[in-house]
Amino acid sequence: MNWGGASAFFAMGGYGLYVWGSFGLIALCMAADALTAIKRHRDARAAPAAEPGENS
Amino acid sequence: MLATTSSTRFFTFASPPRFYALAGRLIPWFWAAAAVLAVAGLWIGFFEAPTDATQGDAYRIIFIHVPAAWMSMLLYMVMAFWAAIGWAFNARLAAMVARAIAPTGAMFTFAALWSGALWGKPTWGTWWVWDARLTSELILLFLYLGYMALVNAIDDTRRADQAGALLAVIGSVNVPIIYFSVKWWNTLHQGATISATAAPKMVATMLTAMLLMTLACWAYAFAVVFTRTRAVIAERERDAKWLNEGVA
Repeated sequence: MNWGGASAFFAMGGYGLYVWGSFGLIALCMAADALTAIKRHRDARAAPAAEPGENS
Repeated sequence: MLATTSSTRFFTFASPPRFYALAGRLIPWFWAAAAVLAVAGLWIGFFEAPTDATQGDAYRIIFIHVPAAWMSMLLYMVMAFWAAIGWAFNARLAAMVARAIAPTGAMFTFAALWSGALWGKPTWGTWWVWDARLTSELILLFLYLGYMALVNAIDDTRRADQAGALLAVIGSVNVPIIYFSVKWWNTLHQGATISATAAPKMVATMLTAMLLMTLACWAYAFAVVFTRTRAVIAERERDAKWLNEGVA
């Protein structure tokens, strides 16, 4: 165990902004990537079949 | 119905309906694997791995930076490979997989650049330098974005896939340049942390955390790319009977 307590953990030896800025934004980006893929699949399944002759 | 008999041919899953059903079944397992591996990797990375003697705790950015950078290069090569297969053999599913990879690859490229900037500031004293490693990684981001813009700009699906494949294949020249940039040029970026020919220059716990995070990113990439491939299949085959009969 590296940390004396929660505040030491979040301070990251003075580099908290850099460490949590990296992990935090990347976690958000990964979540956004996953959620847009899931939504795109849902939308595609919900869309009605095209009219005959329509080119998709 | 998954045929598990010996009559199952290698190309069985090259059929969009078969792949759609198979991917739908695998996705939850990839999510579970990604979650377990990420929790293990983050635990070891933050609670077991010691503070670095020279970089303090800033070095812990490595646990996301290196996996993201590896994924950015790997996904590009996989995308270019499937785009080329789709083009050469007119394989529909391969072209769809290539398209599904691009946004996730771009996301990991951005993640590598972003975490690199936040690591560079406290250790190098700068967010960014135009050295070979950083510049070639930035070009990789533009290649992903260019590929996505190109395939979306052409209405004819098949021609869009072909144009995208051409761009992806030409752009793949950049990936070895990224990888070897730290050897070929004198860069501010450090050399490879681990390689196939030398012992890792890392403490075992640090290495374990980094590899677990890499595997977590792999599982995540499979889950998201398969989900997006299913979306592309559903978009392109929305008139197909199988899709509306609840195959998956």
